[in-house]
Amino acid sequence: MEKKLKMASKNLNFYYGDFKALHDVHLDFYENEVTALIGPSGCGKSTFLRCLNRMNDLIPISRVEGEILLDGANIYAPSVDVVNLRSRIGMVFQKPNPFPKTIFENVAYGLRVNGNRDRAYLAHRVEESLKRAALWEEVKDRLNDSALGLSGGQQQRLCIARALAVEPEVLLMDEPASALDPIATQKIEELIHQLKENYTIIIVTHNMQQAARVSDITAFFYIGKLIEIGETDALFTRPRLKQTEEYITGRFG
Amino acid sequence: MVMRRQLKEKFMRNLFTLVAFASIAILLAITIFLFKEGLPVFNLISVKDFFFGIYWYPTSDPPDFGIFPLIVASISVTLLSASIAIPLGVMTAVYLAEVASPRVRELIKPIVELLAALPSVVIGFFGMVVVAPFLQNTFNIATGLNLFNASLMLAFMSIPTICSISEDAVYSVPDALREASLALGATHLETIFRVVLPAAVSGICTAIILGMSRAIGETMVVLMVAGGAAMVPSSIFDPVRAMPGSIAAEMAEAPFRGDHYHALFATAIVLFMFTFLFNLIADYMSHKYRQVGDATL
Repeated sequence: MEKKLKMASKNLNFYYGDFKALHDVHLDFYENEVTALIGPSGCGKSTFLRCLNRMNDLIPISRVEGEILLDGANIYAPSVDVVNLRSRIGMVFQKPNPFPKTIFENVAYGLRVNGNRDRAYLAHRVEESLKRAALWEEVKDRLNDSALGLSGGQQQRLCIARALAVEPEVLLMDEPASALDPIATQKIEELIHQLKENYTIIIVTHNMQQAARVSDITAFFYIGKLIEIGETDALFTRPRLKQTEEYITGRFG
Repeated sequence: MVMRRQLKEKFMRNLFTLVAFASIAILLAITIFLFKEGLPVFNLISVKDFFFGIYWYPTSDPPDFGIFPLIVASISVTLLSASIAIPLGVMTAVYLAEVASPRVRELIKPIVELLAALPSVVIGFFGMVVVAPFLQNTFNIATGLNLFNASLMLAFMSIPTICSISEDAVYSVPDALREASLALGATHLETIFRVVLPAAVSGICTAIILGMSRAIGETMVVLMVAGGAAMVPSSIFDPVRAMPGSIAAEMAEAPFRGDHYHALFATAIVLFMFTFLFNLIADYMSHKYRQVGDATL
């Protein structure tokens, strides 16, 4: 089966004020693949991820050069509607950040802001999203309870369900399991495996075992540069560059 | 050595306890005094006649001590000022916390707070000299010193409280919630109205109640610009006499421990009940909507 290109960054430079955080990043993302971005803290992997759905627009002094293509169209083109873009590219954050609303309303939120009011349709989509996020069985009897009463791992799966409800094409995950215990982490990883059948997934992680377990492609970032990219198995067993090898064997970072 | 250290610890602990209880003791003493001086009026007049009597003629013979017009005046002035101050205060807060650039915020917030530093007599003076003639001429009414003028001035006084505390509440909503909303394809406005404001609602309620309790207890401004007629108003341009102003204006003339004196203290009890109630509500609000979990304010 031929791989289909979903997103690509070309010559991407990113600045916080005068500080250049990303240097000339070229990276392709294919449909139904999980790409892991690894690297030491401050290497720019999260910054890069946040360029992909233009979350960095919120930082007033930031500046982007280069292009990010989604289905061949530059998402930084002036004509692009950021709101529409973000509903095509979902995001799951490092710390679970459910809204202080009910479980139902958390998942329905993205649909509501897109103008869906039909109660039956919302209920159907909420159920479907919670099932896909493997949370339905645990919360189906308390959809009207506050989401803040859930455990950390449940909250994170709720955030995934919330992102899935708007039916994005790409799912960005910024260290989605770093605040969770091993069992919750395992559930999230299993979930990622299932989700890649339908989505393009890009995940930032500090945890190299996690990258090895969940991803097809791994990209190694170091001080704002993309150092090496390859099939995950190959990159972890036979890294081409010394820097990559030193990082994945734990000699620095 | 150890003995001395323990003694010192004990001494300090008791000192702090004593200091902490001092304010409670003072409050208690004032309350007792208030009730002691106020309750005797009910030997003269029934509780029902006191609360619902519509005539307040404390110096006629026989005197009438019905504080209904005063209660209505206090409540209507407070509600009207709240209906002006809440939208202005909360909207200013949202602007400062969510829309304004950091530079504008740093500039405007202290200015709004400075409005709270204006002595109330200055605001009252402004209401008397500037607003009253304007109202009189514009609406062609008998006097510019009326319920509306007082409400407007009180609104000026409660806006800083409402704005400043609401702004803190809105500003302290975690960015994680804003990002989550935006990442789901919500616009900036949708994020403000559907996520940020609901998350800040406890702080905003507290701000509103505190702003209103400032208005209901305010004496000087109301005394100066409300017109001072002890009658139940039929329009917002009628002059009124609110409880605090009435107490302040008449206390000096009321014979010590006479009926009028006791009636004024009884009025003060009522006023105290109102502010006490407001504080209870504020406390309840801030607990009821308090959030738990990661997104806690």
